[in-house]
Amino acid sequence: MTDHSQIVVSGVSHLYRPPNGRPVLALDDISLEIRGREFIALLGPSGCGKSTLLYLIGGFLPIEKGGITVDQKPVASPGPDRGIVFQHFALFPWKTVRGNVLYGLERMRLRRKEREERAKAFIDLVGLTGFEDSYPAQLSGGMKQRAAIARTLALDPKILLMDEPFGALDSQTRSLMQTELLNIWQRSPKTVIFVTHDVQEAVYLADRVAVMSARPGRIKSIVDTKFDKNDLDILKSKPFVEKVDELWHLVREEAVKAQGKKPG
Amino acid sequence: MKTFVRYLPLLLLAIAWEATARLGLVSSLALPALSAVAGAWLELLQDKDFWLNAGASLYRASAGLLLAIVIGAILGIAMAWWRPLNILLGSIVEMFYPMPKSALIPVTALWLGFGDGSKILLIFLGCMLPVTLGAFNGARSSDRTLVWSSRSMGASRLRVLLDVVIPSAMPELLNGIRTALALSFILLVTSEQIVSRQGLGYLIGYLGANGSYDAMFAVVMTVAFLGFAADRLYQILMQRALAWRD
Repeated sequence: MTDHSQIVVSGVSHLYRPPNGRPVLALDDISLEIRGREFIALLGPSGCGKSTLLYLIGGFLPIEKGGITVDQKPVASPGPDRGIVFQHFALFPWKTVRGNVLYGLERMRLRRKEREERAKAFIDLVGLTGFEDSYPAQLSGGMKQRAAIARTLALDPKILLMDEPFGALDSQTRSLMQTELLNIWQRSPKTVIFVTHDVQEAVYLADRVAVMSARPGRIKSIVDTKFDKNDLDILKSKPFVEKVDELWHLVREEAVKAQGKKPG
Repeated sequence: MKTFVRYLPLLLLAIAWEATARLGLVSSLALPALSAVAGAWLELLQDKDFWLNAGASLYRASAGLLLAIVIGAILGIAMAWWRPLNILLGSIVEMFYPMPKSALIPVTALWLGFGDGSKILLIFLGCMLPVTLGAFNGARSSDRTLVWSSRSMGASRLRVLLDVVIPSAMPELLNGIRTALALSFILLVTSEQIVSRQGLGYLIGYLGANGSYDAMFAVVMTVAFLGFAADRLYQILMQRALAWRD
């Protein structure tokens, strides 16, 4: 299997050092292999280190113990092969939608005309046509996240890192965005690592769900969750509901543990 | 209409001033009538000396302020960007920030004499720290997910500084500059009154000492108006620069 794995996380531990206070072990000996074009969810209670793991894969945080490789190359810094989408969008507030989408394209060796066309295509793709000249502050949460997704997709990364991307959206918008993400993913398959604490979201979107334990984060179990995504009724089907239930119990155990531990 | 209502109290104040003086409620030596001050002001405008003094003041204030903005902003951002510099200068900035800058008036005069140099140095020293602190706090508050987004889209560290850190610092930096702008007027007029033979501050003292109270008030009003106009203009420019915020 290792031959086919695009991302290999082996024995990664991470110490979180708060500005004031004792260091906390956030991740403990995590090993995980992710295949190319796989959609995997990292599911766990808040504070379990799932985002930290994502940031380590992204190269945003230094890897202190263990190793992570992407296409057999060790991760040392962030790069355009790994696009990221954050929960709070991380759009440049002083740039318009177009400016944000163009930003990454300007770092690539593209001709101006090509950049403009590509920006337009991805703004169209996420349904923001007509809002090219709006600043993020003028957009709703859902529109901001669409803009952020367009900005990341425009660079055509092989790997998409998503850090609770729909966590700040209302539930209607969230479910629309989930479907749209699946549509986009089916049209141009990428490896997606999707961090969430929403069990149903994880089961619906991902092929596999890695359930993480409460702090210190470990991989508690990996569950196959392949369903036919094009069937919207799947959400009500018995196997789907049972899968959600199974995972919900796994996560709940951890959430209870995390509650019990809280005030150190 | 809105503007009229907003500035109506100023008009009322002007009427009250005129009435107080006309009715002899206070001595005209203590408070000349507004109309007399306005008359003196029109006369001043035709006086070459007034313009020479105004020019000297404007030159000193803008030179000092410009130096303070450029050096202060660079220093503040550099302190946020490069930790060793923060360790080296942080405590010094903290120490001198709350110091009443007018205490430096005799010091800069001792170093550079009674001319332009001492005023420019004073305004520079006095106005730099608010700018430095604004730039520093603003640059430090830049959201790490913005920095990471920029990095993951292929930006070098230098590009992150230009594309993320400096724009993030702008709101606080521009506020710091506004404080500096107000301070520059205070320091200018104060220092010109104490150690100068030129400038609007000097003119106020000179006219007062010669008993030309109408003209003295006219210069005081001129300085007040210049400060007000500079601040309004600055606010308009600042709102434009930060239009992306809403």
